[in-house]
Amino acid sequence: MRTLPATGTSPHEITDDLFVHEPFAAEAAMEVAASAADSPWKAALKRLGKNRGVVPAFVLIMVITVLAFVGPLLTPYTYDGQNVAHSNLPPKISGLGWLGFDGLDSNGADLYAKRNITEAHWFGTDEFGRDMWTRVWKGTQISLLIALVAALLDLFIGVLYGGISAYYGGKIDNVMQRIIEVLVGIPNLIVIILFILILEPGITSIILAMTITGWVGMARIVRGQILQLKGQEFVLAARSLGVSNSRIMFKHLIPNALGPIIVTLMFTLPTAIFFEAFLSFIGLGLQAPLASLGVLINDGYKGMRLFPYKLVIPAVMISLIMISFNLLADGLRDALDPKMTK
Amino acid sequence: MNQPILTVDGLHVAFHSQRGEVHAVRGVSFCLQKQETLAIVGESGSGKSVTAKAIMRLLPKQSTSIPAGQITYAGQNVLALPPRELQSLRGAEISMVFQDPMTSLNPTMTIGQQLVEGISKHQRLDKAAAYEKAVNMLQLVGIPNAQERIRAYPHHFSGGMRQRVGIAMALACDPKVLIADEPTTALDVTVQAQILELMKSLQQRTGTGIILITHDLGVVANMAQKVAVMYAGEVVETGPIAEIFYRPKHPYTWGLLRSMPRLDAAGNEPLIPIPGTPPDLARQQQGCPFAPRCAHVMKVCKHFSPPLTEVSSGHTAKCWLLDQRAQQQERLAGVAGG
Amino acid sequence: MNEVMNNRVLLEVNHLSKHFQLGPNQTLRAVDDVSFHIWQGETLGLVGESGCGKSTVGRTLLQLYKPTGGEIRFAGERVSDMTERKGHKAYTSQMQMIFQDPYSSLNPRMTVTEIISEGLMIHRPNLAKKERKEQVSALLELVGLSSRQANRYPHEFSGGQRQRIGIARALAVEPSFIVADEPIAALDVSIQAQIVNLLMDLQRQKQLTYLFIAHDLSMVKHISDRIAVMYLGQLVELAASDELYARPLHPYTEALLSAIPLPDPVQEQSRERIVLQGEIPNPLNPPSGCRFHTRCPKAFDICAKEIPSFAEVLPQHYVKCHLYGEKGE
Repeated sequence: MRTLPATGTSPHEITDDLFVHEPFAAEAAMEVAASAADSPWKAALKRLGKNRGVVPAFVLIMVITVLAFVGPLLTPYTYDGQNVAHSNLPPKISGLGWLGFDGLDSNGADLYAKRNITEAHWFGTDEFGRDMWTRVWKGTQISLLIALVAALLDLFIGVLYGGISAYYGGKIDNVMQRIIEVLVGIPNLIVIILFILILEPGITSIILAMTITGWVGMARIVRGQILQLKGQEFVLAARSLGVSNSRIMFKHLIPNALGPIIVTLMFTLPTAIFFEAFLSFIGLGLQAPLASLGVLINDGYKGMRLFPYKLVIPAVMISLIMISFNLLADGLRDALDPKMTK
Repeated sequence: MNQPILTVDGLHVAFHSQRGEVHAVRGVSFCLQKQETLAIVGESGSGKSVTAKAIMRLLPKQSTSIPAGQITYAGQNVLALPPRELQSLRGAEISMVFQDPMTSLNPTMTIGQQLVEGISKHQRLDKAAAYEKAVNMLQLVGIPNAQERIRAYPHHFSGGMRQRVGIAMALACDPKVLIADEPTTALDVTVQAQILELMKSLQQRTGTGIILITHDLGVVANMAQKVAVMYAGEVVETGPIAEIFYRPKHPYTWGLLRSMPRLDAAGNEPLIPIPGTPPDLARQQQGCPFAPRCAHVMKVCKHFSPPLTEVSSGHTAKCWLLDQRAQQQERLAGVAGG
Repeated sequence: MNEVMNNRVLLEVNHLSKHFQLGPNQTLRAVDDVSFHIWQGETLGLVGESGCGKSTVGRTLLQLYKPTGGEIRFAGERVSDMTERKGHKAYTSQMQMIFQDPYSSLNPRMTVTEIISEGLMIHRPNLAKKERKEQVSALLELVGLSSRQANRYPHEFSGGQRQRIGIARALAVEPSFIVADEPIAALDVSIQAQIVNLLMDLQRQKQLTYLFIAHDLSMVKHISDRIAVMYLGQLVELAASDELYARPLHPYTEALLSAIPLPDPVQEQSRERIVLQGEIPNPLNPPSGCRFHTRCPKAFDICAKEIPSFAEVLPQHYVKCHLYGEKGE
């Protein structure tokens, strides 16, 4: 037998005594790889953290949410307290004058000096003299609340509806899907106007109006996921073990469908915020003196030419919220992508 | 000995993944003669598919690199070819048949269109002539009513038929080398028999060399003249088919042969499995990659990679058991070899 | 094999049919008039190519599908029309399944312990948590895994190890009958032998009865006492493993055996092969009469017209073929 030239080994290191048989441990061969991998959730969280858009977006959302509750407490004003003497004052924050918060109006005049006002309104005031800072944060509170409740209602109704429809399949699925198609066929706006006519315009009616058709998107996503998961062998295994239907749904199917559910939820929030703003903008939203971001934008729009700050500030706020939620949702979708968990 | 038509020499392929560098192919060498079938046998993770794709340079450029090695075809190094020449090589000189007939054909094009695509690119024929050649190829591979079926879409065909179409596409331009990556794994056994017969008869006609990638030793016994056994990215044993099946020298080959049930085996001869699982290729290992699973392991195996040893003409293996010093130990201990 | 014949019949399948309604005029007759029985302690192999219905048979036996016709008897009791309430729960602990795909047969969001204890919680609800944990450890050791890995997730294990977990899950409820549906098809060759040996060991240890469904006839012959061959939804031959190999009666069985390549170059390259023409017909539209007649090298005129009966032509050797009906034996 001829040994062909090998690379890398120097024959001198290999001494004769190395050619002894080692005891062979078959069990050691069966060990799993040394490092324990993370649970699927932890692994997803790690992936999320690596996404560059996610962390700033998350921080921003947290900051805005905190301010939404803390903000109004920082000033002595209330959101509906009127003070005609202070009407239409531009935003003034001492120290941030170079950023535009100098208290000068569009003509450059200093209204604060003119009217002898010593207190600085950080975001200015509206035509009734109500402090904008307080109103903006109060408005953010309300917008966030409406969006959250609407999204959660969408979640519960959608998951239950889509899950039942997919799991039982057959005729039940058929009927439930046809109902959805009818609901979707009716123009949203008409349903909402009807609701607002019947109920008094207010937070409850807006939430109900948005929810009445909003859950459909979630239901369809959940149905798709469950249909796909239903045929997987681990579900068959659970059935053959005698696992009850509800346990299969809640322990086997839904946890594996959570990825798209969470992502859809995250995308629902900005949609809800925007939709509420839209409703308020066309006058179907909250009534004065209550303010949501949409109401503020509507008011600001009316005085846009002379007092741009009244529009710009709530518009920037709503944009920041929506961008942040969208970035977060994008990051979640990538992190929870099932292809990556294999 | 004739000049081989394709030579792979010291090929290394690495993947860049999140967990680090995965060394999928580690120093693989073999050669293919005209009208010969070389079977590359291995399990998942052995690197056989990656090697096949490397020959055709079908590996994704971003995530893979070929740090070393040469692939020589017709005197040229395939790995160094510029894109244009590579294109004229693929399909015309070296072509490939893939594993899954359900996904290896474009579902939005008729099979005629797909066949003609390759034919007209490589063999300056006008459309009519190309179509005629396509029909001939389909008839050659045994598709009934080729004239009509050429206008059909892939989903009109069964798995076995699609694989025939795949073979027709690969052979349409008379390549010298055909790489078949698990061509019958996804097919029923009776259809597999048909496809293997087809490939053999086509090989007789055209003199094509075939590199057959498979994990099925029965298919190897049916088709191949030469076998290369791969484990963990390395070729651990190569040789003529009779040598590999009747006088194998590497413990992994022994393990494979002993763990397979044979249809003609009497009664209940127990299967002797290979304990453990294939190694994690992300980790660079010291010594022989098979050592953790080898019942004949020696101290030297865990620290040093065995050299390539020639067992007999054309039969080589990489195992420390073949070293003089191991033989001595065997004699001293009175243990029968192999 | 003769020993098992002295045991009682554990499973009896009589004229079982399962049809799927795929559309207004499209019925998929996945399983049609299949009859066989399995003795306690036996391994019955069920082989066939794609579309033959073997997986459907396995799943119908486990009540994952409701039979369209025929009956299934387990330990003498008729179980095929049990509803969820009646005896289903008791029945599910008697009969379990091992699935094919190690990557989708375990819930990726559950730990190994949770996966294996699920069955325990249903069928032995009185077990305390500590005892359950001990049971899980014992099961893991039984299938050759370390109990230290009990809190890991499926994706941390290799294919072969996941199959072992699947086997442990099935064994947790202490069944007497297990349907193994292609349990090794997705595994590497060197691992397949490990799992098959494990199954055979477990059978001896726990006195299990198996229905082993696979398309790899070599492996099926190794593990099975008897083999049943299916083609397009029908059972065409049933005999002891050695007998089937030595004396295949049905032309499809002959072709099947002939098509399987042997890992032995000398034999392989000198064999006489029976290469079947054509492809397996569309199961939605099976041929009339004997479903194999379109590809059968020995077909004659009655084959296209009449369905042959499944008859015992030699002792314990059944065939569904006109060659043995008309000519008699």
